[in-house]
Amino acid sequence: MISIMNTFGIWLAAFFTLCIFSFLYKDNPFYKFAEQVFVGLSAAYWLVYIIYSIMVPNLFAKLADDFSGNIILLIPAALGLMMLMRIHPKTQWVSRYPIAIMVGTTAGISMLRYMKSDILQQLTATMINPFAAATTAEVIGNLLMIIGTICGVYFFYFSKKQEGVSKAVSKVGIWFLMVSFGATFGYTVMARISLLIGRLDFLLGDWLHLIK
Amino acid sequence: MKSTAPLFFAFIVGVIVLLSEFIPHSPFNQIVSTLEGWFMIISGFAILLGQISLIRMNTHKIVHKLDNWQYHLAGLISFGLMLTLGLLWGMQETPGILGDAPGIQAWLGQKPFDYLFDNAYLPLSATLFSLLAFFIASAAYRAFIIRGLESNLLMITAIIVIIGRTSIGTMLTGWLPENLQFWHFPNLADFIMEFPNTAAQRAILISAGLGIVGSSLRIILGIERSYLGGDK
Repeated sequence: MISIMNTFGIWLAAFFTLCIFSFLYKDNPFYKFAEQVFVGLSAAYWLVYIIYSIMVPNLFAKLADDFSGNIILLIPAALGLMMLMRIHPKTQWVSRYPIAIMVGTTAGISMLRYMKSDILQQLTATMINPFAAATTAEVIGNLLMIIGTICGVYFFYFSKKQEGVSKAVSKVGIWFLMVSFGATFGYTVMARISLLIGRLDFLLGDWLHLIK
Repeated sequence: MKSTAPLFFAFIVGVIVLLSEFIPHSPFNQIVSTLEGWFMIISGFAILLGQISLIRMNTHKIVHKLDNWQYHLAGLISFGLMLTLGLLWGMQETPGILGDAPGIQAWLGQKPFDYLFDNAYLPLSATLFSLLAFFIASAAYRAFIIRGLESNLLMITAIIVIIGRTSIGTMLTGWLPENLQFWHFPNLADFIMEFPNTAAQRAILISAGLGIVGSSLRIILGIERSYLGGDK
């Protein structure tokens, strides 16, 4: 029986794969169907995942095991229910309280976390002696790293109109950013192509058995 | 009051989290871990709110028979099916309301939720993203069309990285002598990734970090209040 259901699963996967690929010809009912099924499955998957990985272990299981010991958890539960009041226009204002607590907590955590990891640590990593490297290529690389970081940060300085020397510095920053975007683009292309190869491998191998 | 009290709460929790960094002793460290736990629970409800909104939107389209309502019905049915299977029999090692369903597992080879995940969700997701491989080609033509130094830099870097990270790169410049190894495509790609790319990424991180710190401060001090919405 497992074998039959396994075969059915492969055919189901092949059907959905072809439905999505049919968009390459033009928008059509098969694609629209598969797209909406994906939205539905995706939403349900994340809901089930959140229930089992967050809500049950952090709230429901703790309250069920020791209600009086974890009574404080009724506060986030109440705040969560207040969040759901956003559905109705008349009670929408109630959801501001849980949102404010979430936003306040996030702001506090983000401020410290980004100050450490994205500002101080990155600045520290840039403050190096560029000439203390083993090869000429590394020395050039270190110099490029320092110049690129300074010019790149300067490009994002929008408080003053950039003209003259500052415009030149900003321009160098753009060049470095373009190199980085090019590298990112290259990686994205390769990732998408490998996904495409994976799907073609599935269709020609697992489904049609044309390749081993 | 409806707007002021939430701002006060945001200020209090924000300040407590900030203080905890500088006073890592009781009760501040306990308060922060409690707040982080609460944050997760409330964000779970926020996701639930998003799903309810999705159901409402789809139901509205189906009830009023708006354009393409049949497809939204399919979406709603797939949502209900996946949710029901997940809640009844759980996912992976986690049991559901009715347990682990060993009988169904013997029939399907795995849990119904996981079966649907492997044979419907995963192929749909992978194919949708792989579809971008085709559209990225036309996007690349528009982006790389030679307009100036910047677009040239982008194009050349992308080509070097793609060639350098595949076997064709090794094949093309593998014959270069030892003293010219820097120009070997894989080495060139490594150099780009290690130095100019890191420099730009670092600039983005530092700039975005400064922006986040500024925005966070504005939120905690109540200057930024757009997250509260209108005055209803």
